[in-house]
Amino acid sequence: MAILEASNLVVDIPGRSAGDPFSARILPGQRWGVLGPNGAGKSTLLHTLAGLRPPRSGQVLLDGDCLTQLRRRQLAQKLAVVFQERQDSFPATVRETVLIGRHPFLSPWQQETANDLRLANQAMDALSLSLLADRLVSTLSGGERQRVAIATALTQQPAIWLADEPTNHLDLHHQVAVMELLHRQAEQGAAVFMCLHDLNLAARWCDHLLLLYPDGELCFGPAETMLVPEALERLYDQKLSVGQINGVPVFVPG
Amino acid sequence: MLAVLGVVALLVAVTVGSVSMTFSELWMAVSGRGDPLFRELVFSLRLPRALAAFATGGLLALAGALMQVLLRNPLADPYVLGISGGAAVGALASMLLGLGTAMVSGSAFAGALLSTLLVFGLAQGRGSWTPTRLLLTGVVIAAGWGAVITFMLSLSPADRLPGMLYWLMGDLSYARSPWLAWLVLVPVLIVTLPLGRSLNVLARGPLQAAALGVAVKPLAWLVYGLASLLTAVAVTTAGSVGFVGLIVPHMLRLVLGNDQRIILPASVMAGGALLTIADTLARTLMAPEQLPVGVITALLGVPTFLFLLYRSR
Repeated sequence: MAILEASNLVVDIPGRSAGDPFSARILPGQRWGVLGPNGAGKSTLLHTLAGLRPPRSGQVLLDGDCLTQLRRRQLAQKLAVVFQERQDSFPATVRETVLIGRHPFLSPWQQETANDLRLANQAMDALSLSLLADRLVSTLSGGERQRVAIATALTQQPAIWLADEPTNHLDLHHQVAVMELLHRQAEQGAAVFMCLHDLNLAARWCDHLLLLYPDGELCFGPAETMLVPEALERLYDQKLSVGQINGVPVFVPG
Repeated sequence: MLAVLGVVALLVAVTVGSVSMTFSELWMAVSGRGDPLFRELVFSLRLPRALAAFATGGLLALAGALMQVLLRNPLADPYVLGISGGAAVGALASMLLGLGTAMVSGSAFAGALLSTLLVFGLAQGRGSWTPTRLLLTGVVIAAGWGAVITFMLSLSPADRLPGMLYWLMGDLSYARSPWLAWLVLVPVLIVTLPLGRSLNVLARGPLQAAALGVAVKPLAWLVYGLASLLTAVAVTTAGSVGFVGLIVPHMLRLVLGNDQRIILPASVMAGGALLTIADTLARTLMAPEQLPVGVITALLGVPTFLFLLYRSR
């Protein structure tokens, strides 16, 4: 269990005037979705919350400690990041890649233990990667690599998930599988904070939403209060039609 | 297995030469009996040179493996960031002035250090650390040194040119004492061993590495510093021997996979063995003429590498 808190946080996007400050606590069990058009600063916000970029002002606190005062290793023991882009310049197998999620927990001289291998195997099972375990990551498809990245974060057993478009490249079945996995993580006490492009996934799987406008304006709150068609149309500058399926709103452009 | 190969390479290097000896004669010489000529030959000529070759090969291969991970660029070698260029300018300058071997080594080391600091200072810049920035800075500095080297070669009198060219191609006949190389190689290897897993993570990019708990900037500068030190010592010992630092880590990756915890020590062994064998060939193939060892490393390495590449997945 861990609490990530943004306090008057303004992200640093070069060439853009400071937007609204973001102050919120992301509590265990919550599933946050960040919505916004391209270039609104979703990924920048995510990286800033992970302590990978300095904010323009304000601060991010993990269990009350400012991120800048924590060592990266301490941070990585509680917080995992799923990136949108990945670099695989050197060949590595799926198993090796998933296993590096244990890195924050191992001392320099230590080898991976049987327990670490078990966690990696479980993560590969959870993302149906077991059959690909010995394949080189560079030979996989985009969706398979996306699942490898999520399995790596799962091996890290984080209390806080920061995921940048976790359903990128995934087929429908795996989109749902990944969302269910993150939902289960939240039920077990993790906090999930993810950038999403798909309004319908956000409507179905998130309990809190943060809308990021291109000019830096933002608003957030419980999902049902944020899924207002007028607000979303202004957010994306796109007309939307809204329906209802099983009590969940469904958004279609046009 | 690589360790055995290393020992065999050293043994062969000590026994083969203008006066060949059998392994039993070698054993007699080492154990203090036998022909005093052999003792002299082994302990003051062949053994120091073989040890210097082994250490230089180990230094270069380890530096190459580190640079490739640091820059996340498979084409990186120990010289890509201009260290050998700086060393060469230092060495050639003292040769041009007619200074002795010790001064040549000293100024080569000073040149390497100067180049390292120059690249380090200029690559800092503002904003975040990126491998591309370091690589570009290093490559441009290397190009600058290249121009200075050509300038110096065109200025130098004809009788000094062969020595200079041999230095540039890499030549172990300058290597008088292997101890500096070993004194640097062994501690640096011990320091890098526990870094292996962090380097595996760093190879996946600075952001991913930071998210997995690696303090990227300190680690990157530490690796840069260590690789520079290794290269500077190697260049000081034997001039800029090419090829070992680029190819040996790749050969090992093709065979052993890409776990730095294995690749780093294996590079030292394989690089050392390759350069020892190459140097033995260099001084025996056309004896009493000595070939530049860099030629032999390339002649041995190119087919081996192509074979491994062809065979790999």
